[in-house]
Parts: sequence; structure tokens; C-alpha cells
Amino acid sequence: MDALDLARWQFGVTTVYHFLFVPLTIGLGIFVAGLQTAWHRTGKEHYLRLTKFFGKLFLINFAVGVVTGLVQEFQFGMNWSEYSTFVGDVFGAPLAMEALLAFFLESTFLGLWIFGWDRLPKRLHLATIWAAAIGSNLSAYFILAANAWMKHPVGYEVVDGRARMTDLWAVLTNSTALAQVPHVLGASFVVAGGFVIAVSGYRILLERRRSGTDPAMWRTSLRAALVMTAIAGAVVAGSGDMSAKLTYEQQPMKLAAAEGLRHDQNGAPFSIVPGVEVPNLLSFLSTGDPNATVHGIENLQRRFTEQFGPGDYRPNLPVVFWSFRVMIVFGMATVGLSLLGLWLTRKRRSGRPLPAWFARICLLALPLPTIAMISGWLLSEIGRQPWTVTGELLTAASVSPGVSLTEVAVSLAIFTALYGALAVAEAVLLVRYVKAGPEAVEPARPDEDEPATPALQPTLMY
Amino acid sequence: MELTTVWFVVIAFLWTGYFVLEGFDFGVGMLAPVLGRDEEEHGQVLETIGPVWDGNEVWLITAVGSMFAAFPAWYAGMFSEFYLPVVLVLVGLIIRGVGLEWRSKVSPARRAWCDLGVMAGSGLPAFLWGAIFADLLLGSGLAALLGGLFSFSLCLLHGAVFVTLKTEGPVRRRARTAALAASVAVVATAAPALAGVAQGAATPVWACGLAAMAALAAGVALVWRRRDGWAFTATASAIVLTTAALFGALWPEPMPGLTVAQAASGPYTLGVLTWIGALALPFVLAYQGWTYWVFRKRVTREPVHA
Repeated sequence: MDALDLARWQFGVTTVYHFLFVPLTIGLGIFVAGLQTAWHRTGKEHYLRLTKFFGKLFLINFAVGVVTGLVQEFQFGMNWSEYSTFVGDVFGAPLAMEALLAFFLESTFLGLWIFGWDRLPKRLHLATIWAAAIGSNLSAYFILAANAWMKHPVGYEVVDGRARMTDLWAVLTNSTALAQVPHVLGASFVVAGGFVIAVSGYRILLERRRSGTDPAMWRTSLRAALVMTAIAGAVVAGSGDMSAKLTYEQQPMKLAAAEGLRHDQNGAPFSIVPGVEVPNLLSFLSTGDPNATVHGIENLQRRFTEQFGPGDYRPNLPVVFWSFRVMIVFGMATVGLSLLGLWLTRKRRSGRPLPAWFARICLLALPLPTIAMISGWLLSEIGRQPWTVTGELLTAASVSPGVSLTEVAVSLAIFTALYGALAVAEAVLLVRYVKAGPEAVEPARPDEDEPATPALQPTLMY
Repeated sequence: MELTTVWFVVIAFLWTGYFVLEGFDFGVGMLAPVLGRDEEEHGQVLETIGPVWDGNEVWLITAVGSMFAAFPAWYAGMFSEFYLPVVLVLVGLIIRGVGLEWRSKVSPARRAWCDLGVMAGSGLPAFLWGAIFADLLLGSGLAALLGGLFSFSLCLLHGAVFVTLKTEGPVRRRARTAALAASVAVVATAAPALAGVAQGAATPVWACGLAAMAALAAGVALVWRRRDGWAFTATASAIVLTTAALFGALWPEPMPGLTVAQAASGPYTLGVLTWIGALALPFVLAYQGWTYWVFRKRVTREPVHA
């Protein structure tokens, strides 16, 4: 174990953790904006209550997404100074643009939204949540463009051992980014949709037990989330197919590792699990031609050794192989769940209560896409190894030379402990608010029964 | 002006914006438990920064992102050199941010944890940024300590003045007393800290340092005379001038042995970034300024429910 290993663990832990919160910020922000728009258009009380309820959950989650994102911004310089110096000219530009064009929008307008319910005209207040939500989505585009460049560097030349950008447009319209952005944004809407499905299912079960009725409000949010999840799921599948074809061209080792394909093969089969194969499917999925040659791990290893010198150019094979499968299975299960839900809540059945078994299944809609999402990132980033910038810079050559093992161990311990505590606190908080329901978010008679604590929510403008 | 110079100035500007804006956020965060005697007042104090602190923090993200893009070697060198202090800054910003967002949402029993997070999480970066930049410039532990104490007490003063400007009632009175108390610490640390920054530097840096001292003195006098708005202008100016002196002294070698030219990205990258910055920054300044206009009223004890 050396500083490099720990720096990689730290990057993995902090980034995966950060990305537990980001998809909810991306997807739920738009969902809440949509709810508020519906309230604005129809004037129906339901929509306002849903806006405030899901808005509260959104904010609890948003806080952690923002603060864990700060770590990301510094971590490249802290732990990966060689990488940062090599790529900053190209990679730094989208990061600076993300801050300037997206984060300011997101944070400033979210502050206006939270505290502006009373102070802004209704229409302007609605615009603030849209501005914030668009800011979140825009930030995803910039950071994914930067990330795509690591996998498929374009629009640059190497001068004096440093990458120099020659074409910003090429970086921003990198084919890898254009496939990855809809894939990750779509997945974020699936995760956010799954979150709303789970919460709505839980509330339906809870209120049915309490009052014996199905409140129309939760049916509305459930139905909206099911539609969002199904549509986003289709986007994820389509862009995933695009990504697979690009991976074949741009990152053949990742593709071979994801399939466990040892040797070059014409008409390569798709291995569902080891030993169970669908003939020719891999060739078809990666090129559109069922008889095309797909390169195998060993052949690529030989080729890269010739090209880049001696070394091991294989990523961690079991992790890449299995994370690919977990991503597909869990992702498809989520979309299947949403389609089933749409069938069960279709117009003709609108008079009938939602089956209790399905309301229970709804709870799975939170963990399933979250696990799929994490697996997708593991596939994508561990599959990129041993490179930080494919073909240009090895991970081993990217780490900060001046940062000692002890320092990384200390920071890894601190971040892991802090993040663990935050995860527990956030989970407790979310469960508390979901259980309490919208009444707790917006007391009809503020604090009447709690005279001793009239300022329970002093900094909260709802 | 050369593009590397332009971007050095832009980055100095972004850090200045960050220190001016988050300077009072940090001060408010540290002082909230002192200025607010009960829960209502505590909330009143924190509400002064409630709508804006998150947007203020983006100045840091933009400053650091711009350093990464425009001077990768400086960005990489500085944050890997000050590794553990930066970890602690991040810990501070994390617990502060979560504390501010969650304190009104957790059960009253757990609110103390959020308040602790806000206080410690404001104090840590307030001290550490001064310490990091003083050490970066002067390379000594004593300079770091002095710089940290100066930035810490300056944030306290700036935050206290901000609270006098943004509140009314008992909180405002206590904030004035706190500002006067903080000014003792500021005055004690300002002279050696600013002299350290300016030592051996060019005349404009000296001029900025002296002007910063003058602004601080004026700020204290204006607090005494209860001219809240002018006092805030004075403490904000003191931070602007201090940061200007700091970055003036860092020019042209922001890290020992690394010049701005060596650290800089290529002319193409700096060129496109200049266009993007020139087009976007006015909008950012406009809508952030508008936010302060929307929330310009003094915050009262009464919590606002919608």
C-alpha cells in the first residue's frame, strides 16, 4: 500500500459518495420545478404541497451534494498534482466554465427560491427554481465533458510534456461526451424518479393504513415520477448503446474487460454471466455488424506493450466485468418497475386503488437505480485504468509526488469518517421528513401547539 | 496587458470577492451563538447570510477552477503543498454548509450539532486561508500563525459589522459590541501581518497595505459612531486592499521557484477563457447583486413563514 493506492481509494470514495447526491440534485430539481409550474398553471393546492414537500427533501440532499463537490474541486490539485499540471490547460477550462456558468446560477437562484416565497412575485419565484435546476444540469454537462476528455482526449497537442488545448469546441463536443451526457443525465432522472416513486409508494402505504384512503396527491407524484423514470430509462438505454459503440473504437480494453473477452474474435458473443453467451451479440452491439472483430484483452495487452512500452494495460477485470452486469440488470429492473407502475396506474384503472404489493415494490425504486449508477461509474472509471488520460498519462504518473502516505491516510480517514456521519445524518433526516409528510413541512397553523419553540424554522422561509 | 497578467488579476479578483463575501459569512457563523441569546435571535443572525452564503461560496469554486485552468502548475503546487491545511478547510466548509442547511430541519435536540458545525466550520477556513496564504508568501510558521490570526479576527470584525448592518434590536447592539471587541484583535495583528506581506515588495503593495490599515482604522471609528453602512464599506475595503497587497506581493512568483509565466496555460486557452469570462461575469455580478437587493431589508426577530 503506497500513497498512490490510498489517493485512488480517496478519489473513489469521495467521488462515488458525491455522486450519490448529485443525481437527486439534477433530477429532483427539475421535478420540483415541474411541480411548481403545475401549481402555477392549475392553482391546485396538491401541487403546492408536493412542491414544498419534495422541495424540502431536495434541499436536505442538495446541501450534501454541494459540500462534497467542494472536495472534488480541490482534490485534483491536492492528490493528483502531476495530472493537474499535465491536463490543466484542457481539463481546467470546463471546470472554470462549470463554476462561472453553472454553479453561480444554481447557488444564487436556489438561495432566492428558498428565501423568496414571500418576497418575489409568483412568476419570478417560479423562474428562480428553473434557473437553479438548469444550473445543476448545465454543471453536469461541463464536468462530463472534462471527464470524457480523460477517456478520449481531443482538441489538444502535447507541448513540453503538457497538454495544450487547441480547440475548445472539440473538447465540448467530444463524441464521448455527447454520448455520456445524455446517459448520465438520463440516469440521474431515473434515480430521482426512483426516489419519488419510493417516497410516494411509502406514503400511500402509510396513509392507507392510517385513514383507509388513497390520497390523490401521492398518486399524482407517483404517476409523474413513473413517466419521468420510463422516459429517462429509454434515454439511458439509447445513449448507453451509443457509448458502447464509441467504447469499441476509443477504449477497446474497457470493452474487452467488461465482456471478459480474452482473445480477438470475429462475431463475438455477449456473455451474460460467465458460461452463458448469446452468439454474435457483442459484435453486433459494439459495431452494428454481427460478424465484426472484437479485440480481446490479451491481444490488446500485446499491442499496447508495443505501443507504450512494457507495463500492464489491463484494468481490474472482475470489477469491470461485474459492475457492467450490475449496472444493466439493476438499471433495467428500475425501468421495468416504472413500466409496470404505469400499467397499474393507467387511465382505465384510475378509480381503483394501487395494489399494496406494488406500493411495497416501489420502495426498491430508490436502491436499484442508485446501485446501477454507482456500478456504471465503476465500470467507466476503473475500466479506464491504468490511464488517467487514455494513451497519454498513466495513473501512476499522475499522483502528487510531494504528498506522503501518512498525509493521504489522514485525509482518507477524515473524509471517510465525516462522509459516513453525514450519510447517517442525511438518511435520518430524510426518513424523518418522509414519515412526517407535507404537514410538517408546511404547518397550516404555524407552531400553534408548540408555543415554546416559535422559531423552530427561523432560517427556513417556507 | 498580457493574457497571463490578465488572468492573474482575474484570479486575484475572484479571491478578493470570495474573502469579502465569505469573510462576513464566516464572521456571522462564528458569532451567531454569541450574538443570539435565544433560538429566535440565533436564527435572526444566521438569516442575514441565509439566502446568500451558498452563492458567495461559488466565488471560491470559481477562483480555484480558474487557477486550475489558467495556472495549472500553481493550482497543483499550492494545494498539494498545503495538503493537510486544505483538508481542514474542506472539513470546515463541509460542516458549515451542512449545518446551515440542516439546522432548521433537524430536531431541536440535534440543532446544537448543526450550530457547532456552523461555528467551527466558519472558524477553520477563516483562520486557515490567512495562514495558508501567509505561509505561501513568506514560508514560515510564524507568518502562517500571524496571517491566520489576522484573517480570523478580520472575519469576526467584518461579520459583526455585517450583522449590525442587517439586523435590528438587541442583536444589533450586541453585534456592535462584538465588532469593537474584534477590532482590538484586528488592530493587534494587522500591523505585523500587513508589514509581512509588504516586506521587500514594490511600492503599490506597500500603498495597498497602508491603505488597508487606514480602512481598518476608519472602520473601527465608523462602528463606534454607529455608521453601519460606511463601517461595512470600510471593512470590505480593508479586505479588498489586503487581498490586493497579498496578490501584488505574490506577483510574479506565486510559488517559490515558479513564475506566473511558467505556471500559465497556453495563449489559446487563456484567450477563450477571457472571452467566456468577459461575457459571463457581468451577468453573474448582476444577478448576485440583485439577490442582495431582494434581501436588502434588515432581518427582524420574527421568523418568516410562507
